[in-house]
Amino acid sequence: MSDLTGLTLKAALDGLAKGDFSSEEITTAHLGAIEQSRALNAYVVETPDRAVEMARASDARRARGEAGPLEGAPLGIKDLFCTEGVESTAGSMILRGFKPAYESTVTSQLWRDGAVMLGKLNMDEFAMGSSNETSAWGPVANPWRIEGGNRNLTPGGSSGGSAAAVAADLCLGATATDTGGSIRQPAAFTGTVGIKPTYGRCSRWGIVAFASSLDQAGPMARSVEDAAILLKSMSGHDPKDSTSLPVEVPDFPSFCGKSVKGLRVGIPKEYRVDGMPAEIEALWEQGIAWLKEAGCEIVEVSLPHTKYALPAYYIIAPAEASSNLARYDGMRYGLRVDGANLTDTYEKSRAEGFGAEVKRRILIGTYVLSAGYYDAYYLKALKVRRRIADDFDRAWEKVDALLTPTAPSAAFALGEKSDDPVAMYLNDIFTVTVNLAGLPGMSVPAGRDAQGLPLGLQLIGRNLDEGTLFSLGSAIEKAADFRAKPSKWW
Amino acid sequence: MAIDAATVRKVARLARIAEPEEKLEPLAKELSGILDWIEQLNEVDTDGVEPMTTSVHTHLPMRDDVVTDGGDPARVLGNAPKSEKGFYVVPKVVE
Repeated sequence: MSDLTGLTLKAALDGLAKGDFSSEEITTAHLGAIEQSRALNAYVVETPDRAVEMARASDARRARGEAGPLEGAPLGIKDLFCTEGVESTAGSMILRGFKPAYESTVTSQLWRDGAVMLGKLNMDEFAMGSSNETSAWGPVANPWRIEGGNRNLTPGGSSGGSAAAVAADLCLGATATDTGGSIRQPAAFTGTVGIKPTYGRCSRWGIVAFASSLDQAGPMARSVEDAAILLKSMSGHDPKDSTSLPVEVPDFPSFCGKSVKGLRVGIPKEYRVDGMPAEIEALWEQGIAWLKEAGCEIVEVSLPHTKYALPAYYIIAPAEASSNLARYDGMRYGLRVDGANLTDTYEKSRAEGFGAEVKRRILIGTYVLSAGYYDAYYLKALKVRRRIADDFDRAWEKVDALLTPTAPSAAFALGEKSDDPVAMYLNDIFTVTVNLAGLPGMSVPAGRDAQGLPLGLQLIGRNLDEGTLFSLGSAIEKAADFRAKPSKWW
Repeated sequence: MAIDAATVRKVARLARIAEPEEKLEPLAKELSGILDWIEQLNEVDTDGVEPMTTSVHTHLPMRDDVVTDGGDPARVLGNAPKSEKGFYVVPKVVE
């Protein structure tokens, strides 16, 4: 049954609808593949019993003529999503053993639409990282390696488990989240498609919070259409999240393959950064050529505050994180390390429960919010954030979408950047602007570098205009015809 | 250097994270490196710019002030490190 694991979600849904195979068959095939792929460390919790039970229930619903839009499709869930009764740790020791008494809104919508859960996917601790190396459960290995090489590469982060599982055919698609690039950078590193929708498109309820004004859920998938199908199920207003937008969810899949003729696509000149590999520059040019051929008008635009997005992000995100993570006090759930008194218990629990990067960000966040520094750092960053959002607003007067590289490099080796926080942060240089402005952004695999590693292009759209991204994304997908798969070494 | 070991000690205390004395100096160096890099924000003219706290331009929604959930202490306490008779057990707060 292993041939059932390489399908696109769309092909699998068609096969299920035609009765070529059952949900139990395709689910079991994926469980087998997961069992043989533990060297990747993509799944931190496998839920085979629940998967088979959900698959059987799905087959029964289909037999009764009650099939939903994702009926019978086995998916992987990033461990940042709370799943009822299933350990949800957000990659952190402090949440070891935590079994939520509730289900996140996004995952509950997937189950409502008939999907099957295979297990929970590894990630950087509290989604703070760009290489998956901050996970308390060890890094994920990218299924891709340099041609002829045997070094393990990073799948990117923080949604590294989601990216690796999709690339290695260990699920038909996966949920992920993106605070500064955590969907798009891993998608680029693994030859997969990932979209961070408009802030507020998906409910954040039941997703472990990192930086609440930036966090957004989205799918990772093997095709643009698959991502559209998943996003449609994940989206929608939720009264339990006050920032979730009370707007209708468009039929995202209907935008895939639509003509892009006459669309104006902007090329922001500030994204041509020093030291960017020539291959990424060339891929960008190739993407421009593809969209021109598809009938788009290419327009050079300027986003002058681009270079300030990362430093502003590294004030805002840690500030929000330091506040959000105050809840881990060892009292109501999570790790408790007993101390001499209450304060000592707090301090010991948090010292032992949090990893180095999380502590670093909490300390930065606490510092920039502390008396005397609030205006100089936090308020300043919020004003720069406005400048960055204004840059985009001016661009939208001239163009309908933007095209940029997703990441400044291909996947790098595990351990290569873990000693230098700022070098690691620079991974998100092209993705983080979108989070600050709240806009939708998508990464599409577009080619490979000389060493055979995948590279991605990013499309950025107007507020709530994911539809245009799906149209442009499928135009790039068609032109790039990216069919390469990692050769199985695991 | 933006911050020294004494500042790290103070901030770690505010954040309720125990940091051993020997880690304060290396942390000060690390955090200063990050803050020095952040200093470039001062190049941006932000006079008269309204701070942006969110990208959502709607008013906070209101709902009726009624109970919608609850009455299930076993589920609420399910993940407690220590609990007894329907209560969380915590270290002594008032001496």
